[in-house]
Amino acid sequence: MQVRELEPTVWTAKTTRQPMRILVIEDDCEAAGWLVKGLAEAGHVADHAADGEEGLGMALEGVHDVLIVDRMLPKIDGLTIIRKLREHNIMTPVLILSALADVDERVKGLRAGGDDYLGKPYAFSELLARIENLGHRARETPQATKLRAADLEIDLLTRSVTRAGKPILLQPREFKLLEYLVRNAGHIVTRTMLLENVWDYHFDPQTNVIDVHISRLRAKIDKGHDEPILQTVRGAGYMIRDT
Amino acid sequence: MTARVKLLRSSTFRLAALYLALFVLSVGALLGYVYWNTAVLLERQTDETIRTEVQALADQYRLRGLNGIIDTIRRRSSDDSGAVYLLTSPSGERVAGNLDNLPAIPRDDANWIEFPLKVEKGQLSENHVARAFYTQLAGGFELVVGRDVAALRQFATIIRQTIFYALAIALVLGLGGGLLMSRNFLKRVDAITEASRSIMAGNMAGRMPVAGSNDELDRLALALNEMLEQIESLMAGMKEVSSNVAHDLRTPLTRIKARVEAALRSGEEQDYRQALEDTVDDSDRMLETFNALLSIARAEAGQSRSGLAAIDASTIIDDVVELYAPMAEEEGGRLFSDVTPGLTVLADRQLLAQALTNLVDNALKYGAADGARPDVRVSGAIEGDRVVITVADRGGGIAPEDRTRVTERFVRLDASRTKPGNGLGLSLVSGVMKLHRGTLLLEDNAPGLAAKLVLPVYRG
Repeated sequence: MQVRELEPTVWTAKTTRQPMRILVIEDDCEAAGWLVKGLAEAGHVADHAADGEEGLGMALEGVHDVLIVDRMLPKIDGLTIIRKLREHNIMTPVLILSALADVDERVKGLRAGGDDYLGKPYAFSELLARIENLGHRARETPQATKLRAADLEIDLLTRSVTRAGKPILLQPREFKLLEYLVRNAGHIVTRTMLLENVWDYHFDPQTNVIDVHISRLRAKIDKGHDEPILQTVRGAGYMIRDT
Repeated sequence: MTARVKLLRSSTFRLAALYLALFVLSVGALLGYVYWNTAVLLERQTDETIRTEVQALADQYRLRGLNGIIDTIRRRSSDDSGAVYLLTSPSGERVAGNLDNLPAIPRDDANWIEFPLKVEKGQLSENHVARAFYTQLAGGFELVVGRDVAALRQFATIIRQTIFYALAIALVLGLGGGLLMSRNFLKRVDAITEASRSIMAGNMAGRMPVAGSNDELDRLALALNEMLEQIESLMAGMKEVSSNVAHDLRTPLTRIKARVEAALRSGEEQDYRQALEDTVDDSDRMLETFNALLSIARAEAGQSRSGLAAIDASTIIDDVVELYAPMAEEEGGRLFSDVTPGLTVLADRQLLAQALTNLVDNALKYGAADGARPDVRVSGAIEGDRVVITVADRGGGIAPEDRTRVTERFVRLDASRTKPGNGLGLSLVSGVMKLHRGTLLLEDNAPGLAAKLVLPVYRG
């Protein structure tokens, strides 16, 4: 099945990102170096701490938008860092990055106060999408009942969708999928993020089943419109245009 | 360690020695009790008699004077009862009694004395022992009243000897028996030790010796043999898996190496980019394989059973079918579900969904004859005390002889080799079923394959 090739695609080096200040707490200095470099290339500012103590000290300053925390660190382990930060009322979103990638380890990490969990090894595009999602989520207003992206509007109360004023009928799952994409409008959303947040599956089905769901959703929301709003970002995932 | 030391240190011997000690102790206690009740008591009784007699004689002396006591002593010492008497005057001369002279008088206050006694029996004279009570009467008269205790002492000696011999015999027999018993036991334990050493040294086909008497050692050996059997088959499985892993990794690694070398030779930037992109794809696939292997290992180890919760399997089926149905339709086929709600099982939602996903994925990939469209039906129902989830396709199916093999890691049937996949899907399903105390059944759907997940119904 080669659905991907037929879709409109756009390669985004820099989309509508706001630059973020990110702290990477990771004892593998080479991996951290690549990570910092990649984040800088994506337009963000990244600091690096090589052990738990240094990392906690830097994070306690509270100047970062997102923290990337490894779990197994010298001196203070990652989960303890997160707990201490939360005790000091520092709510900076945390992405836990760890080789401990089992479902129960994920649960442990999220319970400790982490906001997202990514198992090693990871794809940089996946990490970047999640980091930007975290930074963006921290800024959004949660109590909104209407979501907007370009000329697309979602009413969360009536669960109705319109594009340029024309109503679009969606299945419940399609609605959930669209809602998640629109909440992250302007940001790349990976297939794994969709599986986790829309289907609540924390494993990787061997086939890219998500693509078919996206192409169906696209058929519904882009049909009859000149400008496609749901874009495929090659090698990374999908994005809803926000303007 | 010499054989003798080993024998003495063996636990059977120690046990035997312990029993022996207990036995000797109780025999000793029993015999001691007998000794006490006979020899010691008899001697005490004798003493008591002597004391009473002394008292009586003293009374006589007080009431009837010297003549009275002399009378009584004379009368009593005439019969041959083994009693000895002596009454001496203040000057030390014998007044009455059957003793010739006063034996050595004890220095201290104690009144008891023992002295040798010659007893005439016909022409023979025997050396006996007398035990007597010495007392001074008013007027300087001295009185000795005693008994011949030779017979008594002899009796006590016999009893003591008997006790000694009995203990000695018990000790020797017990010790010898214990040694024999433990040597026999030790021989069999040694054989088992020897066998395990040889197995440790690499002789995996070796087994524990079984004597055939079906005693506890035999049962132990049989249990160990069963364990060895299982370990051997597990090890064979592991060997196969690791060689399969090695093979499965070597292929993409070789491909990557060849591709990168070719790109380096060409020197074109476009070739570099292509080679790097392909390398990313290949390493992604390798990671997938690794992750699948880890998931299987985790499920098979069954360590996360504590994470299981009571859930309705019908919602899992609906969700998975909903996820995959568009894909089936995209290929012109169909995927539909036929589920009765309320299929409560104790399960991990993620793992069960993953297992079902694998089966549905397989059915869509391989479950249609070439050129035909997939037609897959997923059903869930309660059969007795089991929840049965069936994924049935109308494809080529799996030949009966391949049905067990196909759940092993990396096994791919010839028909599916050309399609993408890593040969781990059904292994994962089978591992997940193991964790859930369920089974994966592969049956003929005539035509096609019916893959069944059979799980125990959860009832609170």
